[in-house]
Amino acid sequence: MTEITLEKPRSQWRDVWAQFRRHRGAMAALVMLVLLALFVLVGPLIWRIDPNFIETNTVKMMKSRNLGPSLAHPLGTDQLGRDMLARMMFGGRISLAVGSVAMMVAIFIGTTIGVLAGFFKRLDSWLMRLTDLFLALPLLPLLLVMMMLFSEATAAVLGPRLGTFLLIVLAIGVTSWMQAARVVRGEVLVLKEREFVLAARSVGTPGRRIILRHILPNVLSPVLVAATLGIAAAIITESVLSFLGLGFPPDFPTWGRLLYDGIDSIRTYPERVVWPGLAISITVLSVNYIGDGLRDALDPRIRGR
Amino acid sequence: MKLKTALLGAAAALAFAPAAHAERGSDGEVKILYYQAVSTLNAYLSSGTKDVEAGSLVLEPLAGFDQDGVLFPRLAESIPTVENGGVAADLTSITWKLKPGLVWSDGTPVTSADVKFTWEYCTAEGGGCAQGAKYEGVKSVDTPDDLTVVVNFEGPKPYPYQPFTGGTAPILQKAQFANCLGAAASTCTEQNSKPIGTGPFMVTDFKVNDVVTLAANPNYRDPAKPAFATVTLKGGGDALAAASAVMETGEFDYAWNTQINPEQQAQMEAGGKGKFVNAFGTLVERVEINMTDPSAELAEGERSTTKHPHPIFSDAKVRAALSKAIDRQALVDIGYGGAGRPTCNLVPAPAYQASENTDCLTQDLEGAKALLAEAGWTDSDGDGIVDKDGKKLSIVYQTTVNPVRQDFQALIKGWWNEIGIEVELKAIDPGVFFGGDAASPDTFQKFYADVEMYANNFDGTDAEPYMAQYLCNKIPGPENQWQGENVNRFCDPAYDALVKELSVTNGIEARGALVKKLNDMLTKDSNVVIPLVDRGRFSAQSNALGGFVMNSWDAELWNAQDWTRVK
Repeated sequence: MTEITLEKPRSQWRDVWAQFRRHRGAMAALVMLVLLALFVLVGPLIWRIDPNFIETNTVKMMKSRNLGPSLAHPLGTDQLGRDMLARMMFGGRISLAVGSVAMMVAIFIGTTIGVLAGFFKRLDSWLMRLTDLFLALPLLPLLLVMMMLFSEATAAVLGPRLGTFLLIVLAIGVTSWMQAARVVRGEVLVLKEREFVLAARSVGTPGRRIILRHILPNVLSPVLVAATLGIAAAIITESVLSFLGLGFPPDFPTWGRLLYDGIDSIRTYPERVVWPGLAISITVLSVNYIGDGLRDALDPRIRGR
Repeated sequence: MKLKTALLGAAAALAFAPAAHAERGSDGEVKILYYQAVSTLNAYLSSGTKDVEAGSLVLEPLAGFDQDGVLFPRLAESIPTVENGGVAADLTSITWKLKPGLVWSDGTPVTSADVKFTWEYCTAEGGGCAQGAKYEGVKSVDTPDDLTVVVNFEGPKPYPYQPFTGGTAPILQKAQFANCLGAAASTCTEQNSKPIGTGPFMVTDFKVNDVVTLAANPNYRDPAKPAFATVTLKGGGDALAAASAVMETGEFDYAWNTQINPEQQAQMEAGGKGKFVNAFGTLVERVEINMTDPSAELAEGERSTTKHPHPIFSDAKVRAALSKAIDRQALVDIGYGGAGRPTCNLVPAPAYQASENTDCLTQDLEGAKALLAEAGWTDSDGDGIVDKDGKKLSIVYQTTVNPVRQDFQALIKGWWNEIGIEVELKAIDPGVFFGGDAASPDTFQKFYADVEMYANNFDGTDAEPYMAQYLCNKIPGPENQWQGENVNRFCDPAYDALVKELSVTNGIEARGALVKKLNDMLTKDSNVVIPLVDRGRFSAQSNALGGFVMNSWDAELWNAQDWTRVK
């Protein structure tokens, strides 16, 4: 009697994770990103200084300006005596939130259009011409016009902060879905002719189910990669808008705005530019590395090698 | 005998000593940096300060303004007044006399025909003269003889010194520009880049938007001046690089408009190679208060119009509280350093028309709170924001995107929060804010906010047109495509009457007194305008440059003929 040792069944995600862990850069990036997320999410619960607090007493305010790092202010204070650490945390919340939500909007639009264009032949040329149209639009001027036209209206309904947040997220989302749409369409065109899809079709599976059960899980890897790259692009776009004064109200710190404010004193206090700049760079770099690792991990041809 | 010889010798030595020191062209080269590069030397074809300033080295007006804003003769023999008969008793004409024996840098004599031609040049059809405002109201220019110019106005002109004065209205040579009238003006490249002038220097080479080289004018009227043989006027860079070029590296003797932040000012001055020089003119950073209701609930076309007075600011006490809560000195220290000074006046200079209004200079948060309480605004629900009849005191505060202004916004918001006012900040792209597009909601004229902050000034020294901006009939609104200058929507019949009186009053003192009164009506009496900082011209001067006197009423290079090299 020989004992048959059965290997425990492995789920697909466990495999992906195992492969992902082998990518050192991606793992390091993941750790960095988690740390950054903790910094901006949990940090303000521990570090309870209001990022916009300015001494109203002028004499005290003058003394608290431009301080170097100390126990009371680990990253020093800015030109008005506001605590830089608190501003970095608060700014990071906004930047990361804008990045992830805008990415979701872009990915949702991009995937929908890509799948529809790839799967339904009749829609293909129309949707792809639409994509080309968006690709040809100069994005920055378009964003500026959108911010100018709608900021007042959304602010009136949702208040200046939430209104701007929603507008920025939507503006970035609707102007950055095109790459994802193209990639997804290409994948879908290939998948659609594969045997398992033909088999599903031959047993009379409706189109909606084919898309959800067979196509979408297989385009997941390009979508995830596009998504991670999208976060980076969205954070940078938000910085650009803040830089141009069309983002959030001026008393609302984001990493982009901190960078902009710091430029004025770059010679005297370079750290004011370095901190937000470093935070943006690390986020973008980590997200890119994670995307890289995910792409490798999700590809079964690379996996296991 | 011996004594006599000795005395004679001493006298001769004394007589020659200054001449030996200040001989024309003895001091070599002076290097000037205008970080906005010069594109033309003809002030009539450019509204850019840099072009007007560069041109002032070559071309001169009949009279210029000194550092105190007082008119002094350049090409004219003296300043005409009613007393010396130069200005007609009915104020409809002014008679200028040219200095006898004046010649252009090419050696030909300067005559009254050149002056008349200058007027024709700027007012010619299709010329697009950038300084047209200087010649507004001029009916004709007569030249009874070679040295006499009579300027006739369309009506009585209480301030007749607009035409042909200051760096923005220099005299052109008729012979050189005769073919450049009207539409041909901008095609005369040679003339516009190398004008023949009467000033201390003449152009030897001109590279558009890069560098201008000049040499001492051999026919300048004072044989001992200028001390410098050549001038190199370079363009390019930014304010910080320009300041550094004078203060740190010492490559240049003078750099124009080096507006940098106070910390950098202190850092650069510590270098010891130069110093920052300032002069205060009429540019005032201020908070303007909207006297009409900007609420978004009102229909478009009714919003911020005189149909709906402002629900909060119609009470003068609230406006006074806003002003009292501000510490202007702190704003200067943080934003401008040597380039600004705190002010309570809309017209802070020249001295003869600046009001003695200094009450606002000390911050008084308690007094501001008391004023709000007097007006019925109290914090009844304990949330830190005052309210009245169930309505919170909450305002929108807008300005342009600019690092200094954002700092000001944050500081002022802090002080206003302290006295219980909720403030929402807004920063608008300057191109949009000042763009004047009637379709945009974000222009300063439309004023869809409760308060807004920006800076404004007036040209020259006479404040009449400036004060006239606050007349009732200058209120912007949908009926005039939002083009009025009275952005506060301030309207006071007593003020209008006083402006009318100003328009028929002659004499510097009497006019000054009226301007002071008008200034007080807008500032300390009503607090419709809350002045913050008087922003001066701010430039960098090398320690090796002598004789430089900063001027905010004319070109900064106004006395280049007196500059010397400090050895």
